[in-house]
Amino acid sequence: MVVKGVQFRNHRIVGDILDLAARYRDEGADELVFYDITASPDDRTVDRSWVSSVSRLLDIPFVVAGGIRSIADAEDVLNKGADKISINTPALADPDLITQLARRFGTQCVVVGIDSRAEDADWFVYQYTGSPDKTTAAQRRTLDWVREVQARGAGEIVLNCMNQDGVRSGYDCVQLAAVRNVCDVPLIASGGAGAREHFLRVFEDARVDGALAASVFHSAEIPIPELKNYLVQNRVDIRL
Amino acid sequence: MTRLAVIDSGGANITSLLSAFDRLGVAADLTTDADVISAASHVLLPGVGAARDAMTRLNDADLVPVIKALTQPVLGICLGMQLLCERSEEDNVECLGIIPGTARKLPVTEAHPVPNMGWCATAVSTPHPVVAGVEDGAHFYYVHSYALPVSEFTIASAVHAGPFAAIISKRNFVAAQFHPERSSQAGARILSNFLEWQP
Repeated sequence: MVVKGVQFRNHRIVGDILDLAARYRDEGADELVFYDITASPDDRTVDRSWVSSVSRLLDIPFVVAGGIRSIADAEDVLNKGADKISINTPALADPDLITQLARRFGTQCVVVGIDSRAEDADWFVYQYTGSPDKTTAAQRRTLDWVREVQARGAGEIVLNCMNQDGVRSGYDCVQLAAVRNVCDVPLIASGGAGAREHFLRVFEDARVDGALAASVFHSAEIPIPELKNYLVQNRVDIRL
Repeated sequence: MTRLAVIDSGGANITSLLSAFDRLGVAADLTTDADVISAASHVLLPGVGAARDAMTRLNDADLVPVIKALTQPVLGICLGMQLLCERSEEDNVECLGIIPGTARKLPVTEAHPVPNMGWCATAVSTPHPVVAGVEDGAHFYYVHSYALPVSEFTIASAVHAGPFAAIISKRNFVAAQFHPERSSQAGARILSNFLEWQP
């Protein structure tokens, strides 16, 4: 499975979002993640009409991440056609939100995003990562948080390895493999993709269920059809 | 003329399903009205969530006898597939009993987390108009924790920790465990085949 993210800041560029979504759909992306990365730090209300437009356009699943702080937010996004919602900072502020969302909508709808950084021979969770000024340590060990969110009903975990983010030197396979060992739900790797070999390595070495990338796809540096052919030739079981 | 009725069994995946038919140029009525359902040329039984909630909703709307009496093409999707069968192990719920079989919890193994979420290769085992033109081994998008075992009613199957029924059919009823509305072109093919099916 290949997943990719689309960052955007306001609805004026929804047209661009739709063009990009259609491009990825036609190129064979298996799932799209839409990050409203400024939603949590700014504590603002989000105009979500774009979710309906995206849902009408796409014939593949998509996830909305960012700005979901309540059952009502999640219901709004799911009713507009999103297949899953992804929560990150609000789950750290109120872990019970995961439990409530899973109970109300089913674990399959509830993705928990975790921003994690290597420190002192361990890994720690960070919050408010959408805004560099506000990013702070969440005072939680990543492996502990991975266990807790599953116990609370997370149906999928996206692990964003911050040390690798934007570096394009490959996914953090050591950290992802450690998380894989304590993660019984689907695990999606995020952060660090720069070459097609990185995708192969993360599927082989960390046994993740999906690999998420943004910039290498936006720039068309790695064309999706070519990447998927390469992975299939290397015996990764994905859809062509 | 195609008059498509979508039975409102609760759950949140209705929008994407309606959009999928919209892309095929077919409008759909989302309804629990027995007359609308009976008069439709095609009926959809979708469903996301728990089997018990969905059966309660169908019972409350007095739809159980209505669905059983339908003779036009009926497509169950995901939980809707399980509802068409006899029982679900989820809360041990009695379902519609139209297609033999009991939905069972998917076995959990280290390599196969549950829910099964993602694209699975799907093997077509029996020719059927609904799978016409669908490549054997085509990938479809699945999101489920329960599944029907492979049986004589199975048209196509997939494998998680073990094999399970991906598409089943009996008379005018057909059902898919995957989400055709989120399964790219292969899924759209299933939906358009369904609209042309004359059981």
